Amino acid sequence: MALSRDQMAIRVARELQDGYYVNLGIGIPTLVANFIPDGMQVMLQSENGLLGMGAFPSVENVDADMINAGKQTVTAVPGSSIFSSAESFAMIRGGHVDLTVLGAFEVDVSGNIASWMIPNKLIKGMGGAMDLVAGADNIIVTMTHASKNGDSKLLDVCSLPLTGKGCIKKVLTDLAWLEIENNAFVLKERAPGVSVEEIKAKTQGRLIVPEHVPEMVF
Amino acid sequence: MAGFDKVVTTYEDALSGLKDGMTVIAGGFGLCGIPENLIAEIKRLQTKNLTIVSNNCGVDGFGLGILLEDKQVSKMVSSYVGENALFEKQLLNGELDVELTPQGTLAEKMRAGGAGIPAFYTATGVGTPVAEGKDTRFFDGREYLLEEAITGDFAIVKGWKADRYGNVIYRHTAQNFNPMAATAGKITVVEVEELVEVGELDPAHIHTPGIYVDRVIVGTFEKRIENCTTSE
Repeated sequence: MALSRDQMAIRVARELQDGYYVNLGIGIPTLVANFIPDGMQVMLQSENGLLGMGAFPSVENVDADMINAGKQTVTAVPGSSIFSSAESFAMIRGGHVDLTVLGAFEVDVSGNIASWMIPNKLIKGMGGAMDLVAGADNIIVTMTHASKNGDSKLLDVCSLPLTGKGCIKKVLTDLAWLEIENNAFVLKERAPGVSVEEIKAKTQGRLIVPEHVPEMVF
Repeated sequence: MAGFDKVVTTYEDALSGLKDGMTVIAGGFGLCGIPENLIAEIKRLQTKNLTIVSNNCGVDGFGLGILLEDKQVSKMVSSYVGENALFEKQLLNGELDVELTPQGTLAEKMRAGGAGIPAFYTATGVGTPVAEGKDTRFFDGREYLLEEAITGDFAIVKGWKADRYGNVIYRHTAQNFNPMAATAGKITVVEVEELVEVGELDPAHIHTPGIYVDRVIVGTFEKRIENCTTSE
């Protein structure tokens, strides 16, 4: 079975470490916040200028001046800080964020990522994604392994305009956990009940399959 | 006005000197921390052919979106747009030009502009469409893009509290692009919720020192919420 959105978030959350500052993108990455292990301290960075993002507010505590990068109303945790956009991206570009999790349309064996622009469709903009992928050392991309038409999103060469070049090393899809090494995707783990053959069939880019590929356990 | 007193009492005075074809840098992220009354005044003035530098372009009927209604904007410099149908229509018609700029690069362009730094190198955008036509250089084996600073004829800024000298503090995440915008305007206009006495703000807590600010006006704000999410 392909992983559910929550299972993908749970798998990403296993990469968290105590004391990490983490930036979570919109979509599945946002769900990771729901699965931070008990007893672990993680500080969420929101690129509009908040370090220490908390839960959504109660109705009576909604504040128009307190939002996250998805423009959702949020709260701040004790010990948080609030700052300007320039300060926020200084943290990001300066490599101070320990982990960045974001979605994508395509990733290739060179670690290139395409996540913001489909030619001839409406282009809304890259927001902070280009800064995040260029600035972070530790990035996890979350996406479905193939499109609804069955087209692989794990490619030899990205077909869409890039968000960043040579910056991705870890990819979690609904089928597998893969790491990019030596111009190939290395299959590290597979979703429960998903065969290596299915993953091979849905991976267009060069894939290295170790002798033993463990199933994820939930 | 006398000495350091920057306070003006009408929005007409706040934007006095704004002309067709000018570049206006606006603070705000989404609808959070936007100078909503100054934007409304630009609409009333019907100034045309403006270049607007702002992370976003408001929504239909609110924020910078209202300047699209009478085609006052010829170019937007933004990181994320298209939350409004009118924007999309004018973009597809060729009535509106948009220069998409990575969010951190946009913030740094404003910061550099205000700090007298004409350009800077960044890794953001290398190998992407953003890099087209830009100089690159390697430092320690990594490739960087040369990005030029932005300054504006006007900067329009939303603060929380200010004193008459133009010292400003922002409230929560309504800070966002406002401090950088404030530094990058030839004429910087700040609208605030509350005017306080000189000396009342703790000098060490001031976000925007008055030296950057030319005009201060007190407004009342709707503060529309784009995406209200609650725990219930």
